[in-house]
Amino acid sequence: MKIWDKIESISLDEMRAIQDKRLNQTVKYVYDNVSYYKRKMDVIGLLPDDIKSCDDLYKLPFTTKDDLRDTYPYGLVAVDMEKIVRVHASSGTTGKRIVVAYTQEDIDTWSDVMARCFARIGTDTKDIVHVAYGYGLFTGGLGAHYGAEKLGATVIPISGGNSRRQVEFLTDLKPTVIACTPSYMLHLYEVMTESGFTLDDISLKAGIFGAEPWSENMRKEIERLLHIKAYDIYGLSEITGPGVASECTAQNGLHINEDCYLPEIIDIKTQKTLGLDMQGEIVFTTIKKKGMPLIRYRTKDITKLFRDHCECGRTLVKMERVTGRTDDMLIIRGVNVFPSQIESVLLEFSQLTPNYQIIVDRINMMDVLEIRVEMNENLFSDEVRKIELLERNITTAIESVLAISAKVKLVEPKSIERSEGKAIRIIDRRKI
Amino acid sequence: MLVKQISIFLENKEGRLAELTSILAEEGININALTIADTSDFGILRIIVDDVKKTEKLLKEYGFSVSVTDVVAIDIDNVPGGIARPLSMLHENGISVEYIYAFLAKKDDTAHVIFKVNDVEAAVSMLIESGFRNTAKL
Repeated sequence: MKIWDKIESISLDEMRAIQDKRLNQTVKYVYDNVSYYKRKMDVIGLLPDDIKSCDDLYKLPFTTKDDLRDTYPYGLVAVDMEKIVRVHASSGTTGKRIVVAYTQEDIDTWSDVMARCFARIGTDTKDIVHVAYGYGLFTGGLGAHYGAEKLGATVIPISGGNSRRQVEFLTDLKPTVIACTPSYMLHLYEVMTESGFTLDDISLKAGIFGAEPWSENMRKEIERLLHIKAYDIYGLSEITGPGVASECTAQNGLHINEDCYLPEIIDIKTQKTLGLDMQGEIVFTTIKKKGMPLIRYRTKDITKLFRDHCECGRTLVKMERVTGRTDDMLIIRGVNVFPSQIESVLLEFSQLTPNYQIIVDRINMMDVLEIRVEMNENLFSDEVRKIELLERNITTAIESVLAISAKVKLVEPKSIERSEGKAIRIIDRRKI
Repeated sequence: MLVKQISIFLENKEGRLAELTSILAEEGININALTIADTSDFGILRIIVDDVKKTEKLLKEYGFSVSVTDVVAIDIDNVPGGIARPLSMLHENGISVEYIYAFLAKKDDTAHVIFKVNDVEAAVSMLIESGFRNTAKL
């Protein structure tokens, strides 16, 4: 299987030399061209020359989403606007909108890292790639599109939504690779079977799934139902979009395109840099971006970095699947709870489709956790005691994983709102 | 004597039962017998209808969790001890009853009983041997 760019398999020393050089250049570049960064560095008395190598990374100030909001829309752009060829924007659901800007070189780099990601899962020029991420301001659709096209595959730019049309394209045009969110893949499977199609009607062999946290069990579920290989891809608009990191066919961690996006893990509380194999928030410094470079951007995503001798031959550092977000993290009765933990428990009761909703409330000064799980045909029994036993078994399993009590309620199929894109799994009614 | 019963998972929500029975009414499906087992959160509606396949397909299309179960229906005399006799016989033969419901036919005052048992075949042959039968149109 072809490695797209030989930089993915160079020695650690060679990679480190590239990173040191690019970091040093980037810091100088933002100091000279972005007044916001110059001010941030001046305040703490830091000069570009103080950053000689990756060892000095910790000295640099963080960049947060609030910084992007404060400088909205073009405050962090490092070039004249005539050099900017595109902007993307994130939806304002969790606050004010943010905008990111790209030069032609940035678009080329992004296409290249996305081509690497497709090559990593075995995609080649003969493949037909069905891109069901949203096209437009969201980076998912266009990012996957440019990457697959650069690779030389055939692209179906169907975008998100209109599930029945998606199924028509899957069954008529026979794409071999699909790119979308994992929950949308399961949704498409449901629509497909409801429309009377079977696996014989489609030709998918692999999917590249991202834009929302998902679990190992969800991967198994997708692979079992669709008979495809399901791969994880990671990215965020602030850094570039999809393509920051992705899995290879080993399905054991995501190779980070670290020649472009320099990763580090920090402790959420102390903000100190942590070593390999330690869990914390992943932070990225873009070391190849020209339009809107970011220094130590706080992703709020929780994971760990590790290295192994990957069978695919790539030497790029790996990150584990993102297990949660610092802002998705619920603190219930003082215990940290991630929706992904609940998801993995539900999937142990393997016949459950992973549609669930977490409801947190505060009753009589006490946090209460309720988990609604949709009934499905395989679980249903016409005996009350069997359903009650199932509820009890799920409750016990959740309590043992979370170490707090929970109420599990089985609800009717499809009574929890389906999402075409990102799933909203949490309702927090606590007024604190 | 062997009858197909449809069971449906329902949340305890106002109007849900009316909704479901209206769906059946609109399709001209007649309910011959009905019972509900309920808890504080959910209920299981059990119905015996004239067209099992059509009902099952229809309810699945509407997104309900549905299962079809074999149950045993017999006539009993509407007199003291009428139900005690078959129940004792089932017990003596080691067949356990998971649930039971009954209804009364208008015309001839015969009572009809529906059993869900752990061993349907054994129950049916034992009841037939003992002279029980089912005349209810189910």
